[in-house]
Amino acid sequence: MSEDIKIKDKSPVVKEKNTDEAVESGLAKLTPERIKNTINQVLQDETGPRFKAYVETCMHCGLCAEACLYFLSNDRDPSYSPAGKVKQTIWGMLEKKGEVSIDFLRRAVHIAQTECNVCKRCAMYCPFGIDVAYLMLLVRRICHKLEITPLYIQDTVNSHSATMNQMWVKEDEWIDTLQWQEEDAREEFEDLRIPLDKTGADVMYSVIAPEPKFQAGLLYQAATIMHAAGIDWTMPSSPGWDNSNMAMFTGDNEISGRIARAFYETAARLKVKRIVMGECGHAFRSTYDVGNRWIGWAMPPFEVVHALEFYHELLTEGRITIAEKFKKTVTLHDPCNVSRGRGLHDMAREVTNMVCESFVDMTPNREHNFCCGAGGGVINCGPPYKGERMINNRAKADQLRATGAEVLIAPCHNCHSGLEDIVEHYDLNMEVKFLGDIIFETMEKKIYKPGEPGELK
Amino acid sequence: MNAFIDFIMGPMVWIAFLIFILGLILKLVMIIKDVNARESYVYSYLTWKHSLRSIFAWLIPFFPQSTKQSPIFYSISYIFHLLLFIVPIFLMSHIVLVNEAFQVSWMALDDGVADILTLVVIFALVFFAIRRMMVPEVKYLTSFTDYILILIVALPFITGFLAYHQFFLYRWMVIAHVISGEMMLILIPFSRFSHMIVAPLTRAYIGSEFGNVRHAKDW
Repeated sequence: MSEDIKIKDKSPVVKEKNTDEAVESGLAKLTPERIKNTINQVLQDETGPRFKAYVETCMHCGLCAEACLYFLSNDRDPSYSPAGKVKQTIWGMLEKKGEVSIDFLRRAVHIAQTECNVCKRCAMYCPFGIDVAYLMLLVRRICHKLEITPLYIQDTVNSHSATMNQMWVKEDEWIDTLQWQEEDAREEFEDLRIPLDKTGADVMYSVIAPEPKFQAGLLYQAATIMHAAGIDWTMPSSPGWDNSNMAMFTGDNEISGRIARAFYETAARLKVKRIVMGECGHAFRSTYDVGNRWIGWAMPPFEVVHALEFYHELLTEGRITIAEKFKKTVTLHDPCNVSRGRGLHDMAREVTNMVCESFVDMTPNREHNFCCGAGGGVINCGPPYKGERMINNRAKADQLRATGAEVLIAPCHNCHSGLEDIVEHYDLNMEVKFLGDIIFETMEKKIYKPGEPGELK
Repeated sequence: MNAFIDFIMGPMVWIAFLIFILGLILKLVMIIKDVNARESYVYSYLTWKHSLRSIFAWLIPFFPQSTKQSPIFYSISYIFHLLLFIVPIFLMSHIVLVNEAFQVSWMALDDGVADILTLVVIFALVFFAIRRMMVPEVKYLTSFTDYILILIVALPFITGFLAYHQFFLYRWMVIAHVISGEMMLILIPFSRFSHMIVAPLTRAYIGSEFGNVRHAKDW
């Protein structure tokens, strides 16, 4: 008891934080022994000099605070600063040698899973380049091993584990959805195909499970773009089609690795030349930088091309042409996982300018853009945390409002969903769109006849 | 007592410098061995080009975004870190001591200038301490050891300043100055002062992760 009080006393703000039944039932089952052993196992066996350097050299200067959307959105409350989050999690665990209380863990899982998007913006503001996202992912790893991961995101991991996709999409539903979209599209575009399991195609197109689950229109759009561009492409019919990876965000590294392996093995089975993925950021992070490493590839075994890059290629090579540029004023949100994560921000601007008449940038932008507040698995923790997520995203809303744009382009699924929530909550009167939505709207939807090479201009 | 003072003024100086230099070298070697043994994946990110790019970018005053957003802190911090080396190395009385031992010498700062610069260092440390008490996000992170670290750096400068001016207890002030200087040197490899060599390494890593893999800037 005294321990709990001490921890609370140290923190100037003790707000009631949300929790959920998975967290609570997990906490109820913990014993002091298990807590101690798990924390020490992860911190001793699963880390190395990098972790040691981060905790032993932080000079407590607080400069990372300025970087964090959560800190800025909560009136500069220090408990939301990146190092502040480390203090309330890792430092406490180290100081007590793993012997932390249930209340401490309730707070720790809340911080790591819902108050940090692991966006790595703070790594750019620390003079030493300390990567707080890495430390928060370690906390998530501990919480995963203690089985106190929030309910909704744990469910997506369970789905990954059982079906190799995030949303419990059954194999027949997946195939059926693709064929349904193909059929619909063929009413508009003669000869359009969504080729399933074609061996040796130039491109394997992969998406995240929410697309077949409730955004099937995006598959329609992608098929139309592929068709118009005359791309030799295919989609896999078997598990491995989903490139998303929520396990990466709960510290369930083993399942995260299985997902990445199934994904690359699918591409290998189809003998495709490269993988193109839809507008998703975390899926890119998983397949480009995280999942591949877990299964032993420093860089992905296949060339992984994000939609942004692919659109850029199609437009600059003239494989698709824009009939009439998009008229409304647009702004562009740089998703962390493809701008700070892959440097595609300038390309994104080029594409935007190629398809839109009037573009206004937001400030800050490019690598320095604020996170959408949804990524890193935060939105996936679900409804119990939505209210506080909106409060935590206030600075993002201010940034968006300042652009005065009518349309907000978000080339990432997580960002798209999170930004829609922000726009609604803060009455921003903006329409959130994928870049693909605008390309689909503005491009020349020429009819491609099989056998003809894609008409190059 | 005299034996003690002789020891402090003589062999202990050597011991302190040896611990400082060998300690840092040992620390570096241990980190590299540890990386090889436990985290060799780090090398799949690391490149010299991106490591140096990041380190140099962060050495240019007001180039990184972070430095632009906290200009006062960074200005004081830059000056402080420079003077931390410049003042003791180019101080006439230190050069004289080195000259007595090795018959080598180099350009010295004018004593009056050195005096002012010493005050600047002390002022910077006072600023850091006040900042720790006043700025909420810094206060939140601050523990007792943070003030101890400030004190450890401050003592050699304060005692040096007092000894130079011979305000009072000159002999004792010199002894305190030597002891506190030795203490600071000895503690560098074993405390967060080791950021002297660890920070370039963490910078190299994040600079490489950002530059080499993420194709993004980290400043």
